[in-house]
Amino acid sequence: MPIDIDIAHVARLARLELSDSDLDLYRNQLGVILEHAARVQAVDTEGIEPSAHPLEMTNTFRPDEVRASLDRDEVLSQAPESRDGYFVVPPALDQD
Amino acid sequence: MADLTITQAGIELRTGSLTASDLLERTLERAAFTEAELHAYLTLDQDRARTAAAQSDARFADSEPLGPLDGIPIALKDNLCTRGTETTCASQILSGYHPPYDATVVARLRAGGAVLTGKTNLDEFAMGSSTENSAYGPTRNPWDPTRVPGGSSGGSAAAVAVGSALAALGSDTGGSIRQPAALCGVVGVKPTYGLVSRYGLIAFGSSLDQIGPFARTVGDAATVLGVIAGHDPLDATSWRGEYPEVGTHLETGVAGMRVGVIRELGGEGYEPQVTETSRRMLDQLSDAGAEIVEVSIPTCDVALSTYYLIAPAEASANLARFDGIRYGSRVEGGTAEEMMARTRAEGFGPEVTRRILLGTYALSAGYYDAFYGQAQKVRTLVKQQFAAAYEKVDVLVSPTSPTVAFELEAKTEDPLAMYLSDVCNIPANLAGHPAMTVPIGLDTAGLPIGFQVMAPALGEATMFGVAAEVERLAGFVARPPMTEVPT
Amino acid sequence: MGIEVHVELRTRSKMFCGCRVGFGEEPNVDVCPTCLGLPGALPVTNQQAIEWISLIGLAFNCTISERSVFHRKNYFYADLPKNYQISQFDIPVCHDGWLDVDTDGETVRIGIERAHQEEDTGKSLHVGDGGRIQSATQTLLDFNRSGVPLVEIVSRPDIRTPAQAKAYAQQLRAVVAELGVSDARLEEGSIRFDANVSVRPRGEADLGTKVEIKNMNSFRSLERAVTYEIRRQVDEIESGGTIVQETRHWDEEAGVTHAMRTKEGSSDYRYFTEPDLTPIVIDDAWRREIASQLPELPATRRVGYLEAGVDPQVAQVLAEADASLRGLYAEAVASGAEPRIVANWVIGEVTAWARREVSPAAISGRQLAELVDMVADGTVSASAAKDVLDGVMRGEGDPGVVARDRDLLQMTDTSALADAVDQVLEANPDAVERYRAGETKVVGFLVGQVMRATQGKADPKAVNGLLIKKLG
Repeated sequence: MPIDIDIAHVARLARLELSDSDLDLYRNQLGVILEHAARVQAVDTEGIEPSAHPLEMTNTFRPDEVRASLDRDEVLSQAPESRDGYFVVPPALDQD
Repeated sequence: MADLTITQAGIELRTGSLTASDLLERTLERAAFTEAELHAYLTLDQDRARTAAAQSDARFADSEPLGPLDGIPIALKDNLCTRGTETTCASQILSGYHPPYDATVVARLRAGGAVLTGKTNLDEFAMGSSTENSAYGPTRNPWDPTRVPGGSSGGSAAAVAVGSALAALGSDTGGSIRQPAALCGVVGVKPTYGLVSRYGLIAFGSSLDQIGPFARTVGDAATVLGVIAGHDPLDATSWRGEYPEVGTHLETGVAGMRVGVIRELGGEGYEPQVTETSRRMLDQLSDAGAEIVEVSIPTCDVALSTYYLIAPAEASANLARFDGIRYGSRVEGGTAEEMMARTRAEGFGPEVTRRILLGTYALSAGYYDAFYGQAQKVRTLVKQQFAAAYEKVDVLVSPTSPTVAFELEAKTEDPLAMYLSDVCNIPANLAGHPAMTVPIGLDTAGLPIGFQVMAPALGEATMFGVAAEVERLAGFVARPPMTEVPT
Repeated sequence: MGIEVHVELRTRSKMFCGCRVGFGEEPNVDVCPTCLGLPGALPVTNQQAIEWISLIGLAFNCTISERSVFHRKNYFYADLPKNYQISQFDIPVCHDGWLDVDTDGETVRIGIERAHQEEDTGKSLHVGDGGRIQSATQTLLDFNRSGVPLVEIVSRPDIRTPAQAKAYAQQLRAVVAELGVSDARLEEGSIRFDANVSVRPRGEADLGTKVEIKNMNSFRSLERAVTYEIRRQVDEIESGGTIVQETRHWDEEAGVTHAMRTKEGSSDYRYFTEPDLTPIVIDDAWRREIASQLPELPATRRVGYLEAGVDPQVAQVLAEADASLRGLYAEAVASGAEPRIVANWVIGEVTAWARREVSPAAISGRQLAELVDMVADGTVSASAAKDVLDGVMRGEGDPGVVARDRDLLQMTDTSALADAVDQVLEANPDAVERYRAGETKVVGFLVGQVMRATQGKADPKAVNGLLIKKLG
């Protein structure tokens, strides 16, 4: 089953700025992998619930208690750019 | 002496015939001797390890060791966060990253007095089966340096195999502990999902990832697991019930036990020597009193496909946070969006990029139901079929890997062929069940062959019991040629 | 149109980690591996938040899902640390409720589709020349707010007019504030409103393309923004154009909405179940326990006030008023005063005095009841009563004492009153002349003069009667 992949769109969703030649390469490789992966579609799953977790556990909560936060200097020391206690990035667009 | 097991070293440390500092120096010597060729470590944390060993010696001097791992040199896969020690996931994008916190397992090892030797190599973000996808160069197989050690935890497996650590931690999302352990001739354990906290493990496939030990013996692996397992309030998927006793059933044998052989994990695609060696082990188990039962789990045939939809989908979200803002490397751009897209494109290697794209696609509008949604339903079937099998047998067994260690670059151009090397390991991750590998022999080229034992969720006690019997029956004592000091 | 409301819960700690929920301090101090999205960190759900969103759901007549799950909502944005938001998708904690909204003298039932739990993002500060985003040279990021529990309440598209939109928002806010689960302050962003506006030609069943409006910082701006947007869409269609599905930003100063600059293809959120969190199961016992924490709500109180005879508009205001004012009302009524009059006093003079004065108001229900009685039996005039109230508020004593000490008792001595009337008539011959010439309304002026002469202590009705008698 040939699989149609708009690889440029997928790369955009994944925030990856890839060259055209890389996009071509990945489109082909993904095609092969997805063709294999598409075997799952042949399995009869009528009436089967999906599993998001391996084990069935529910209601894992924490009490509403404050724990110590991290030291800001240590946190910011890992940032590529910081200033006056803030992380700094080039101008960001409006948020949708 | 670096070939001591944890059990042996523990006795010597307690009787005073060995100090933790001596043990560490011998271990570091072994690393110095093997690393140039092996490249098991990304970071050797010698100074901090020496400090930890000295503190351990002080405790032994006061006869107050912290537990069975006090003074034991242990290596950590470099996807486990270590406060103040560089943690890279073998990725360019995390180059220079020093986490401000310890993973829960790291904290537990420190609290148990373990001497943490450093950070071991892996496939970038644990994605791979050969440790060739490391941004910092591959690790080689200690039995034959022209071959891969397996992966993704290849560095941990190799370090334990040569004795540059007495044990190591790895992570297993789809075989990343068991397959390299098998290819390097050591014991590797993937515990039940939830048994070991994932807090501080840099996530790949969150519903599949489990941390587990590498060790030279089944007993040592049980000792390490006993220290790292336990409920953690920082991990919502951490098991809240009773924990299995892993170290107390090692002498029980297999008499009267029902051992299931999974029909689908064998045959075509399995190297004859792997098949033959496994069959011999089944005969030995039978001779030891086990009832060998053939079991069919049809979904094993689609487990790999299921896995290659679920794991990349989760990974595509887990790896979204690497954006050049709060940590790691950055490639500049005119806007925040451009900066992020360039940072990610340059910072991730090809396999990681491939899986992010694969996972993004599988989750995207119009494809979700056919791919990710369907994979989650098949996952339910895998669980149901394994549950049905465990109605009939106590443990399930199979080869750990269809092949022995393969040549470097043999599969790097063919992602699908590489993925197939985890075919025996993936079902346990999908089901959340424990599974482990024990070395049972060498092929004619001198390469190790592993035997996989699986058990139902929280069935570690039974699994370790069978594995210990497999270990006794195999009598595997060979050491990698690399460890032989030239005279 | 429909309205989406984001409510920040005022839990002590964040939604999925133990960081403090603070307000207005130094940047990046309330952060930890989890809310900063550091590699390896994991979320764990705050139980208080789950109880509070359930409480919100119950207050809006929602069904509480027996089992609900968290999803990851995937999109990249600089102030979203993990580049996915933990939210809920197909199974929210609360669904299918309503809020009855009173506006323009009628009650409209606005459907509530769902209320789901999510986490807030960090804050972006765009800096550079001119301070506008288009000319910003850098964006500064503060993650203190990242991970603060956020409840999103989504209405059905049942809202027909800007006035309904405003009333829905106001009444919803009042309920949330009443529950005590959020500060619910618009100016601090602890409650935020977005509107989805679409128009359709009269008589057509299908709604047109939906446009989302953001950045409305007050109820008034919400009303203005949707008024503007409805007009804009109608104009667009009438001039032959089409409406594009987009997000528009309300510009308070210019009084217009304008399209936001957003990246294409960003709306495929690739939701999938959050593997790091387990499902939430709320069984009957737990739901009942949560329901028992539900306080009396404005809508219920309003009905009670109306039944007691309070004027509808006053009942609405009183139902949403502070607990102290409602308590004052209840106490005064319990002391025997007439509910309708008491309510007017509480919402009118008492509130006005408290707003005017810096010092806190201090009047008991018993004192208010006494004052109301004094007006009713003519002991003090209605206008003098305001002075009495002032005295009571300032701690000068009970109303009777204040009225005496401030010399505000109504003049009951008829001969003194007659003298005052005579003096006024004498001093205003022109008015007397005009009255007798048939200009009877001039009597009002004369009443005023008498009231002035008696310093307000006279009963205006009595003065009026006396004047007419003497003039006649």
